Amino acid sequence: MIKSIYSLGFALVLVGWCAGVGTRAGEAERIRISAEAWSTTPPIPIAMSGYSGEVDRVLRFDLEIAGFKFVGESDSSCQYVLKGGNSGQVEGRLTDALKRATLFAKAYSGGSVRSQAHALADDVVLAVTGKPGIARTKIAFKVSHGQTSEIYVADYDGHGAVPATQDKSIAAAPTWRPGHRTLVYTTYKLNNPDIVSHDLDSQERRVVARYSGSNISPAVSPDGRRVAMVLSKAGSPDVYVANIDGTGLKQLTRTREDESSPCWSPDGRTICFATRIDGRRTLAQVPSDGGAIQRIATSGVVNPTEPDWSPDGKYIAFTAQMGAFEICLVKAGGGEAKLLTSGEDPCWAANSRTLIFTKRGSGGKRFLSLLDVPTKQSKDVLQNIGVSSQPSWAR
Amino acid sequence: MKRSAFLNLLLIGFFVAAGGVGCKKTKKPVTPLASMGSQVPGSGAERRGPITPPTVPEGANVGGAEPTVATPLTDPSTGFTPQADIETIEGMIPDTAHFAGQTIYFEFDSSVVRTSQHSQCNAVGDDLKTKPEAKLMIDGHCDERGTEEYNRALGERRALATREYLIGYGIAPERVFTRSFGEDRPADPGHTEAAWTANRRAEFILLLPPK
Repeated sequence: MIKSIYSLGFALVLVGWCAGVGTRAGEAERIRISAEAWSTTPPIPIAMSGYSGEVDRVLRFDLEIAGFKFVGESDSSCQYVLKGGNSGQVEGRLTDALKRATLFAKAYSGGSVRSQAHALADDVVLAVTGKPGIARTKIAFKVSHGQTSEIYVADYDGHGAVPATQDKSIAAAPTWRPGHRTLVYTTYKLNNPDIVSHDLDSQERRVVARYSGSNISPAVSPDGRRVAMVLSKAGSPDVYVANIDGTGLKQLTRTREDESSPCWSPDGRTICFATRIDGRRTLAQVPSDGGAIQRIATSGVVNPTEPDWSPDGKYIAFTAQMGAFEICLVKAGGGEAKLLTSGEDPCWAANSRTLIFTKRGSGGKRFLSLLDVPTKQSKDVLQNIGVSSQPSWAR
Repeated sequence: MKRSAFLNLLLIGFFVAAGGVGCKKTKKPVTPLASMGSQVPGSGAERRGPITPPTVPEGANVGGAEPTVATPLTDPSTGFTPQADIETIEGMIPDTAHFAGQTIYFEFDSSVVRTSQHSQCNAVGDDLKTKPEAKLMIDGHCDERGTEEYNRALGERRALATREYLIGYGIAPERVFTRSFGEDRPADPGHTEAAWTANRRAEFILLLPPK
């Protein structure tokens, strides 16, 4: 039913604008949001009017990080026009400036005005790119308070942050269990770095790994059923995999080096991690059911750590340590690495184009930032709850 | 933009909340987890609060889990010695002051126990030899010049390398345990070379049996 109402609105607008069609044809080659994260694409010019205050700020934030740039409606480069208002509920109509066609017109009710604005931004992204937006997604991250740290959950822009832990211990390296409102992270609450899973609805926590030595750096498989992690019970930090409840533990690496930060390929078959081979720090991969370790080349950069495999399987984002920390990209099979921006610990959004990562400000103070990889547009996440790092995007 | 112009086209009553906005779900207050009274995890009967112990105890050979190593033997492929079960130190009383003067320090991005640090390690080993009932926890720490989880693994390597040294010095492997704090517990919170030098360390904590 919704679709049919839509078509009606669309048709009406088409009729209304028919006379104008053609006046701007050929003036500008349309800029497309490319799914290709590797090459830099220019942002999509959009004109926006009618919004005020918080709604205006949310829409500008969401659309810029989604790869749009704001121009005047009379600007010859303008490709889309978003008009609406927020007196009461948020409303919006998106027009294709080249075709002179209305793509949608909607009013939003329920929730907060922030969530209404996020929903409108997601509709703009969907209408223009054909892919779901990320404006209503959640992140988890570590917040340090001196000698202790807690895990927080917030909207992707940092608003609405709530603590998931209140242990006054160290909690670190949160990661989402895909498809669940469950976090898996390291906690020192039982006087040892242990890995627990934490159901955010029931608040129940269960031990995934509590062995002698350190139990660190968990990553849940894309199907939500297994956990890759680093354990040192055998005398060296090695990569292990277990079922989400901790059973079925299997050791995947057996090296003298310190493996760190395992992550999963989207098909769940491969685990990528940081280690050292022949004395040099490198990324490597191992089959998640066990097998030989294979190096992943990251030519052009050194000291790679913190890999995160894009959900579309094409890329691995990681941190290179070359004096400062740099966020880098490499094709999943390895090869030439591409520097994206300064920062560390990147994590992909479900759209395989936006990264959230940690930045270090003056005095080493850490905060979170977002990067739209194709356009290189960046936005800092709201900083109002202290030193933040180790972001994980719910997906 | 007049609102009336919209009304022809609007989808009135499009409920954002029904569309799956997650923020509503988080409004449920987070139940604080009860603090732990001791190092021993609570009984499995406690639902909220303490962390529930593992579903399957370590050592239970279920679904391909590795069997418990009763007496740690050196792994010939790595040259490292596995640690005894964590249950063997549950309830022991940590004494952080006892070996406070024996903290050892590492070079940047290194887990090698330098010759200059051997005398502190030997002092710890000699003392442990006079306290057969005691065990040892080694805490590995890092400076802030690494990524966080790399540092957590590096801190563990520092603790493990120190453990290997003590095993070589004649301390039984099942008495020595490790854990890493990465860069989370700096001795000096500064951002200078001096602070970093002070933070790249392994600390020795004496574990005494409960009285």
